[in-house]
Amino acid sequence: MSADVQLDEVWIRFGDFVAARDINISIRQGEFFSFLGPSGCGKTTLLRAVSGFLQPSQGRVSIGGRDMAGIGPNKRPTALIFQNLALFPLMTVWENITFALEVRGAGRAARRKKAEELLELIALPGQGEKMVSELSGGQRQRVAIARALAAEPSVLLLDEPLSALDLKLRQHMRTELRAIQRRVGITFIYITHDQGEALTMSDHVAVMSHGVIEQVGDGNSIYNRPESAFVASFVGENNLFSGTVAATDDAYVTVDSPAGRLRARHAMRGGKAQLAAGDSAFVFVRPESLKFAAGASSASAEASSTEASSSTGALDNRIGARIHQQEFEGNFWQVFCDVDGVDKRVKLSMVNDGASMGRGPGEEVTLGFNADLAVALPQGELAAE
Amino acid sequence: MTPRFILTAERVRNGFAALFVLGFFAYLFGPLIIMGVTAFNSSAFPRMSPFECFTVEWFDVLANDAKLVEGLRNSLFIGVGVVLLAVPLGLSGALMLTQVKERVRPWYYTIVISPILVPGVVLGISTLLFWDRIGTMFGASRDSIFYDGFFLTIIGQATFISAYTMLVFISRLQRFDVSQEEAALDLGATHVQTFRKILLPFLKPAILSAAVLAFLASFENYNTTVFTIVSESTLTTFLAGKVRHGINPSISALAVIIVVITLLGAALHEVLKRREAAAEKETARIAAGELARRRRVKPFALEPAVLLIALVFVAGLGSAYFAGTIGVEECKAQVKAEKIRQAQERTRQREAKAMFQNAPAASEAAGQQIQSTDKSERAGVSQFQGIFDVGNLKDQAGADDGGDGAAQQSPLGTENFNPIFAPQNLSPPIDSSGDNRNDNRSDGDNRNDNRGGDQ
Repeated sequence: MSADVQLDEVWIRFGDFVAARDINISIRQGEFFSFLGPSGCGKTTLLRAVSGFLQPSQGRVSIGGRDMAGIGPNKRPTALIFQNLALFPLMTVWENITFALEVRGAGRAARRKKAEELLELIALPGQGEKMVSELSGGQRQRVAIARALAAEPSVLLLDEPLSALDLKLRQHMRTELRAIQRRVGITFIYITHDQGEALTMSDHVAVMSHGVIEQVGDGNSIYNRPESAFVASFVGENNLFSGTVAATDDAYVTVDSPAGRLRARHAMRGGKAQLAAGDSAFVFVRPESLKFAAGASSASAEASSTEASSSTGALDNRIGARIHQQEFEGNFWQVFCDVDGVDKRVKLSMVNDGASMGRGPGEEVTLGFNADLAVALPQGELAAE
Repeated sequence: MTPRFILTAERVRNGFAALFVLGFFAYLFGPLIIMGVTAFNSSAFPRMSPFECFTVEWFDVLANDAKLVEGLRNSLFIGVGVVLLAVPLGLSGALMLTQVKERVRPWYYTIVISPILVPGVVLGISTLLFWDRIGTMFGASRDSIFYDGFFLTIIGQATFISAYTMLVFISRLQRFDVSQEEAALDLGATHVQTFRKILLPFLKPAILSAAVLAFLASFENYNTTVFTIVSESTLTTFLAGKVRHGINPSISALAVIIVVITLLGAALHEVLKRREAAAEKETARIAAGELARRRRVKPFALEPAVLLIALVFVAGLGSAYFAGTIGVEECKAQVKAEKIRQAQERTRQREAKAMFQNAPAASEAAGQQIQSTDKSERAGVSQFQGIFDVGNLKDQAGADDGGDGAAQQSPLGTENFNPIFAPQNLSPPIDSSGDNRNDNRSDGDNRNDNRGGDQ
């Protein structure tokens, strides 16, 4: 598995503005790699640096082991799928698809043949004579992919290509994209601000914020083992408790927060401990990791608190809370609770196991979670809501 | 019983609006209509009334006017030259505008657009001077390209016409999606291929309209051309010269041809535009899944509207030619005979008057009677009175030649105008200008007032 696309210490500046800061990324051959981040984080800028539309201010971009400095976009083995697709409106579908062959001087018959092959691949057989304007959104999407694939690139770059589609089509196209990638076996670099897209399709995800790569990893590690406060808050939903580190060891951190003393996993970054006693820290707990620690009613919970704690197993953390609101979503209950000293309501997700929840707004409850399912991170910038 | 028509504020407003629109159209199209009618009037001076005979002879005259045809040919040649020069220039100017830095853009725009604001005369003179200097620098002879009327005119007109075409291109380029260019590059196209395969097809409509605009601007240009054309002539400079030396309705005939071509072009354009709009609508409906398959747009020649226009045009042309050639000679002979008859009548009366005046014993009553006859006759055949005007008698000894030549002069020598300012009127009447005196006496009030004022 050789590195196909390699970014070494890449900086991109526009005047005083730094769009990308010391980027080091290595993308393997045949991988589906995503850049995930909010708009304006510099992910499209990086993509343009890979495709050759802009030169990095500093650092090295290499593709297939070749340094790309000074090589224009038309000479690179990349093909870019634009956010607005940028299909050629004055050409038919098949002319669009075989544009890359046309500029290389391929004959008309050869191009027609290739077009039919690709139309077959994108499940639009026999639609070559249509104009682009006669296609639906999803069909145009696929034509754009076929057009890029016709160039036979070793790397396909996709700049939020699904953002303009409606939800249903987007979900369908995700599967389709992934299937096409498996079939053609080339490297896909995918840009998105939609974490669902990034997590479902990618082999690896790089989370970006303000021109900096916060974390690179597969979906599982990004979601379950965030290495920075930004990643924890940007990817998926997370409850946040801020406090001060009371004690730390290699595996766990104890944090004093307004909600009480909390114990959570100690997140490493690059194999190094990030927290020491006295540091300000965030403790993140996923809604699905929170449990009701006490029994159904508060009266019985107090009466048999020892019994309740034994029945829920060893919950490392307990927080007193008051139910504000609950939402029934079919497969899930979403419960929003007020916790004294915590600004944002704590959210808890419970799988609907068929039994009624049996609690109501205003009820005093105890929430609990295991230290292994929570993570303590240094305080830092959070993703905007 | 309710009145059938109630005057309301709205009706008044609508009435005025209709009046305004009518007036506006009369103002716009009146001259064109009058010009069109004069092209078919056999009268030697372009005028609408009296309408003598319906004729197409002026089209013949036009076709046989070698200098005019040559001017027209030169204009067409220069127009094509200007198109070939101004369209690429305007295109590159517009493309440059998209490339220069944001900060420089307003300055660049102002500079490139400035030839439009410079008077054409200045452009003409400066072109002439500039290339004369260049020619002198290279020691070129007078018949070299630096002094060639065609070369100078094409260059001179293109200086400001390329700014027009640039405006056309700028407005089209503003709607261009730059990512298409990037997509082409990304797919391996060179910059030249991208320009040829992506940008040029996109700009095609703009190139067409810029070419038409450039051609028309060149064709009708006078201010610049009059300086740069040197010893040659274009249609405009020829016409301007002709106006100075007297014109005939062949100019109207030319105008009619131009108007008809313009109308046909506009109608054709409109038809094609509607067809395209309909096709686009259909495409959108297909995309929306309303129509199962795309219907092929009918070939151009089968379009009923186009056929209709062509038919009307051919029929109009044919009937006009038919009506314009059949019976024209008879009609003209009749008009001529009538003119001669009237001229003879006038001569006879004049002679009679002269006899009266030569006999001093003639009573005043008799004189007055003659005057009144003279007046009534004048009212009846006012269009021919030019023959008898002072000016005509002076410089046209052979007035008997016919009405045509004299009629040509009549608008210049109008009744009230000539006698007052003619120098003869200030001197006492003498025998040799007896007619003159008579005429004056018929407007006696005028002259007397004048004299009274002088004294």
